[in-house]
Amino acid sequence: MAVTRGEIILDVRNLYKHFPISKGFIFQKQVGAVKAVDGVSFSIRQGETLGLVGESGCGKTTTGRVILRLQEPTSGEAYFEGRNLFKLSKEDLRRMRRDMQIIFQDPYSSLNPRMTVGDIVGEPLEIHNLARGKEKLRRVQELLEIVGLSPYHANRYPHEFSGGQRQRIGIARALAVNPKLIICDEPVSALDVSIQAQVLNLLEELQKEFGLTYLFIAHDLSVVKHISDRIAVMYLGRIVEVAEVDELFANPQHPYTEALLSAVPIPDPAIRRERIILPGDVPSPVNPPAGCRFHTRCLYAQESCRVNDPELVDYWGNGHAVACPILPFRHQRSKAAVVKAAS
Amino acid sequence: MAETLLSVKNLKTYFYTDEGVVKAVDGLSYDLKKGETLGIVGESGCGKSVHALSVMRLIPTPPGKVVAGEILFEGKNLLHLPDEQMRRIRGNRIAMIFQEPMTSLNPVLTIGEQIAEAVILHQKLEKRPAWDRAVEMLDRVRIPLARERVRDYPHQFSGGMRQRVMIAMALSCNPSILIADEPTTALDVTIQAQIIELMHDLQQEFNMAVILITHNLGVVADMCDNVVVMYAGRPIEHADVHRIFQDPKHPYTWGLLHSVPKLYERKERLIPIEGQPPSLIDLPPGCSFAPRCPFAMEICLQEFPPDYGVGPEHTAKCYLHSEYATEEDRAAAAKAGLAASTRSGPR
Repeated sequence: MAVTRGEIILDVRNLYKHFPISKGFIFQKQVGAVKAVDGVSFSIRQGETLGLVGESGCGKTTTGRVILRLQEPTSGEAYFEGRNLFKLSKEDLRRMRRDMQIIFQDPYSSLNPRMTVGDIVGEPLEIHNLARGKEKLRRVQELLEIVGLSPYHANRYPHEFSGGQRQRIGIARALAVNPKLIICDEPVSALDVSIQAQVLNLLEELQKEFGLTYLFIAHDLSVVKHISDRIAVMYLGRIVEVAEVDELFANPQHPYTEALLSAVPIPDPAIRRERIILPGDVPSPVNPPAGCRFHTRCLYAQESCRVNDPELVDYWGNGHAVACPILPFRHQRSKAAVVKAAS
Repeated sequence: MAETLLSVKNLKTYFYTDEGVVKAVDGLSYDLKKGETLGIVGESGCGKSVHALSVMRLIPTPPGKVVAGEILFEGKNLLHLPDEQMRRIRGNRIAMIFQEPMTSLNPVLTIGEQIAEAVILHQKLEKRPAWDRAVEMLDRVRIPLARERVRDYPHQFSGGMRQRVMIAMALSCNPSILIADEPTTALDVTIQAQIIELMHDLQQEFNMAVILITHNLGVVADMCDNVVVMYAGRPIEHADVHRIFQDPKHPYTWGLLHSVPKLYERKERLIPIEGQPPSLIDLPPGCSFAPRCPFAMEICLQEFPPDYGVGPEHTAKCYLHSEYATEEDRAAAAKAGLAASTRSGPR
C-alpha cells in the first residue's frame, strides 16, 4: 500500500486496440476484429497501486502491453508525466522506457534461457547506458540482493531456479533502470500459494522503498485486493467499475462486480454465502453484444440495456464510477448475503 | 455410519530417475466413505496428483513404481488386480477428471464419440443407446442444446464447457468414486463457481464420493468434508474441514493459511513460509518441513515424526504435539495455531 499519493503519473484516455481478422488466401480482406480493448480510460497517481482485474479475454493484459507500446494502439492517448506515449519518436520512447517497466506472468518464458541471470538483469543497464563493466556488476549484485537472491546467483542460468526465484529475477530486471511505474502483468498467478505471498510482500516493500507506482493486472481478486489502493474491473474490453479498494468490496455496484466477488471461494468453511452464478460464457470479443455488453448475462437486464451503451459515471462524487445504464433506477438490493453460520 | 468405499494404506510411489529416486508419495493413508468429499491439499510437487494416478494405476512404469501400500476397493487390492479387471474399474467404477480440459480431450473425436466410448466399453451398450446416453449426460452437466452439441469437437467448446464435458464423460458410467484433479484451476473464477455448484449437485444426484485434489484453500472450504494436507510426498495433517481451518495443528498448515490473502478481512501483511520446498530426490533427514519451520526442535532434524492425535479424528505429524515439546513450545504452538486459524481476525 502506498504511503503517499502524488500527482497523476499515467493518464490513459479512450484506448482502443482491435486485432484485425483477415480472410482470404492471396488477397487478404479484413472481415472483422477482435475488440480486445474497446474504450478504456483511467489514471494512476504517483505512489499508488491500481489493480486491473477481470477474467480471460477482458483485455487487461492487452491494455498493459499497449500502454508500453509493446503493441501499437488502434487509437487513444496515454500520457506519462504529461507526455503522450503514442506520439513519441523512437528515441524519446526508448528514454521513456527507463521510467516504465513490466513484470511478466510466466516466469518460465519471460527469461532468456541462454543468458545468465547476471546478463538478464544487467542488460537494461547496457541498453540505457546506465552502467558498464565493474559498475554494472556491482549494480547487478545489489539488485539481486534487493529481491532476496544471492549475488553469486548471477552466474547461473534461469533453468536452475524455481518459479518464485525466476519471478524475483524478473523483478530485479525491472528495477535495474530505477523506473517510476511498473506494470505487473499477473506476476504471481503461476506461483504456488506460499511463494505468491513472498513475492507479494517483496513487491510491497519495494514500492515503499523506491516510491514505485504499480498497475497490477490480475484475475485473482484476493491478491488484487491485498496489494491495490484502487481497483478497476474490466469486462469485454471495457472498464465497468472503478473504486477505492475498501469501497469496491463493501459496495460493489456493477452486477458483474457483484458476481465476481461472490464467485471467489473463501477459505473459511464457516462462511456461507448466497452465490451469484452468472449464466453462460463470456461472449466473444469479436462480436460483443450491442448496448451494454454485459446485458446477456446480467440478472437485472432490462429492454433498454440492449440499446444503451453505458459510460463510466461517478454518481456519488467520491471516485467510485460505474458503467450501468440502469443504475440510477435500480432498487437498492441487498448484496450477496454474507451469513456466518453459528459456530 | 457410512460404509467405507476406498481404503488407501501406506501408499508409496517412487520414480527411479538418473538423478536418483524421487519419493513422490511416501506413506499416504486414508479412508473414503460413501458420499464423502475428501480434499487432498498441497502445493506443486507434494504428491497429490501422483497419488491419484496411483489409485487409477496410471503411473508410467518405468520410471515410476508403487513400491508399497494397499488400495482397497470393493474388497480387492487394486494394486494386485490383473490389468483386465483394473480396466473394468478404471473409468467405470472409479472415474477421474483432469486439470487441463484443453488438453485432456481427444481433438479428433466428437464429444459424443468420446462420451459414448466409455459407455460402450464398460456398460456394453449398442451405438444408438450409447449416443443417447451421451446426450443425456451433456444435458445433466447443463450444456445447452445437447442434442446438437454432441456432434461438435472439443475445440468448439470454451474451457468451462470442456470441463463439463470431462465431467459428463466421467459420470457416464455412474462411478461410485470421482477423482477430480484440480478441476477448476485453469478456469476463470465465475466459471469456477459454476463448476463447483455443478459438482455439488451431481454428487448428490449420483450419490458419489469425491476425492478433490487442489491447492486452492477456498475451493477446499467450499466443497470438502475432510482434508489431508500433503507436503513433500507425505501427509502431514488430516482432519475434517472445519477443524483444519479453525484448529490447524501443523506449522505447514499454519503457513498455508497465512499465505492466502483473504477477501473479507482487514488487510494484514501476508506471512509467507520462507524458503523453498525440498527436492524429492534429496529429502532432508527428519521432518521434511523442519528446514522452513520456525518451531523446529532437535528431534525434528533427526527423525520424521509419526502421527499424533491432536483432536477428534484429527492427526498431525508434528513433534510439537508429543512429549518432546516443552511447555513453552506448546504455548508458542497454540498461539501460532490460533493466529493462523479462521477464528482469529475480524468478521
